[in-house]
Amino acid sequence: MTTTVTGAAPFTAAESAAIRGDFPILTRTVRGGRPLVYLDSGATSQKPYAVLDAERAYYTTSNAAPHRGAHLLSEEATAAYERARARLGAFVGAPAHEMVFTKNATEALNLVAYAFSNATVGRFTMDRRDEILVTAMEHHANLVPWQELARRTGAKLRWVDLTPGGELDLTALDGLLTERTKVFAFTHVSNVLGTVNPVRELAAAAHAVGALAVLDACQSVPHLPVDLAALGVDFAAFSGHKMLGPMGIGALWGREPLLDEMPPFLTGGSMIELVRMEESTYAPPPQRFEAGVPMAAQAVGLAAACEYLDGLGMERVHAHEQLLVEAALDGLAQRPWVRVLGPVDATRRSGSVAFVVDGVHAHDVGQVLDDAGVALRVGHHCAWPLHRALGVTASTRASFAAYTTLDEIGTFLAALDTVPAIFGTGA
Amino acid sequence: MDLYQELILDHSKRPQHAGLREPFDAQVHHVNPTCGDEVTLRVHLSGSDPSATVEDISYDALGCSISVASTSVLAQECLGHSVAESLQTFAAMRAMLTSKGADRGDETVIGDGVAFAGVSQYPARVKCALLGWLAFTDALVRAGVDITPAEAGATP
Repeated sequence: MTTTVTGAAPFTAAESAAIRGDFPILTRTVRGGRPLVYLDSGATSQKPYAVLDAERAYYTTSNAAPHRGAHLLSEEATAAYERARARLGAFVGAPAHEMVFTKNATEALNLVAYAFSNATVGRFTMDRRDEILVTAMEHHANLVPWQELARRTGAKLRWVDLTPGGELDLTALDGLLTERTKVFAFTHVSNVLGTVNPVRELAAAAHAVGALAVLDACQSVPHLPVDLAALGVDFAAFSGHKMLGPMGIGALWGREPLLDEMPPFLTGGSMIELVRMEESTYAPPPQRFEAGVPMAAQAVGLAAACEYLDGLGMERVHAHEQLLVEAALDGLAQRPWVRVLGPVDATRRSGSVAFVVDGVHAHDVGQVLDDAGVALRVGHHCAWPLHRALGVTASTRASFAAYTTLDEIGTFLAALDTVPAIFGTGA
Repeated sequence: MDLYQELILDHSKRPQHAGLREPFDAQVHHVNPTCGDEVTLRVHLSGSDPSATVEDISYDALGCSISVASTSVLAQECLGHSVAESLQTFAAMRAMLTSKGADRGDETVIGDGVAFAGVSQYPARVKCALLGWLAFTDALVRAGVDITPAEAGATP
């Protein structure tokens, strides 16, 4: 697994300071001049100068519409866009021609879901005899598109429930995966529980019944070394903005023969081969799935983010974040009025810690922390069914990135200690 | 912090007129999709014209202190008043909440509602404070009261 401790060292204090210096937003103050403690990287990460500069350089030197026109700028823009594709592929262990740029991970997952209902022949066809399997810990982005696919095709949606410890109930998997299952969609790392799922095992189980395995890699690619092809899945979706890259870009990785077989999702310019008034034929992947003028500047920025993360070393980023997860879990465990969601064992989770404060709603917890300069996520984190399954309305989530420090975990815990007194719930 | 006034905390810990009661003319269920807060609210009116009395407002509120307290204040300030007066209270409450701090609220109109003046400084929390009130105006409409979309809070 990519999640085993690799022996890589967390960042030293000097390295941490240097990393923070690369992120201009971290110097700003909030709410009465307090330093910003940004613990919401799971929602979106901050951006280093390297990413901002790469986008600016693209716009100031080579901006034109890629894959159109024969002038020099268009050639340069095309080259920059395609270099970015190859760089992103290299970051996740995939060849460039298997990488599709999308607006975000949500669009990437919809692209796969719509391939099933748009297909008229082959393995992507779906009807009422078929089944779709998801899990109870999915982000809405990896649940709602499958609900909609089920609605459009009449297929049955089923899901893997959770154990009380916040992991997938794998004992139920045999009964849920059948020869009717066409697709099994699951997350690599839960955006609420932090649980790291056994991707290889799940992908193998899907393949054993002839189903395709679709991975939501949004919370793994930014935090762990990830080799998508080696994980055994067929598709993976992730977003650029959670991995230090720009907003407005994400990616779908898919195995070549599958992408070849898939009908387009969005149609229009760029994705065509031949257009006549009556009908059209389509370009091969990945262009088939990239209708319209692409987000070249964002792609260039995302490639710069890959370069930046590889410069830090993903093993070290992971080791650093694991240290933060452990510190947060330890600190929260010492506070009996806090209930942590998800595995208590740090080695079984990654990137974030979500929790509930006894008798205080997450919105109120977040408001008090915000007043202390600590920015974190409150609510259901786009995983409403998961919160229902856990018996809570909402939770508070601290999530981390390479630029997060142990000191910030300390500031967060100190601010959290003021919560019970304010709401009279005692500590 | 000035957001959590003692009055708000009191109302959130001891919501006034809480619980679902009979009889009722309409029941609604409203949610705040960003955080999952929910309120089920019933109204019982003496009639459906503006002079009719709000005989009962009963509710089951599940949410943050701001949304629960605001629903409690709604019940406290509107129960026993006429439909027309209740809508005036709502309009004044909404005006204050959406004023970004400019309108501190008139205690003679919104009573304990003035404790929510600080909420208007936090755009993310305005929805919490309005949840119960929008459920209330929706319930009035469903109970047959003829009010315009603007009066019901369609767009501030």
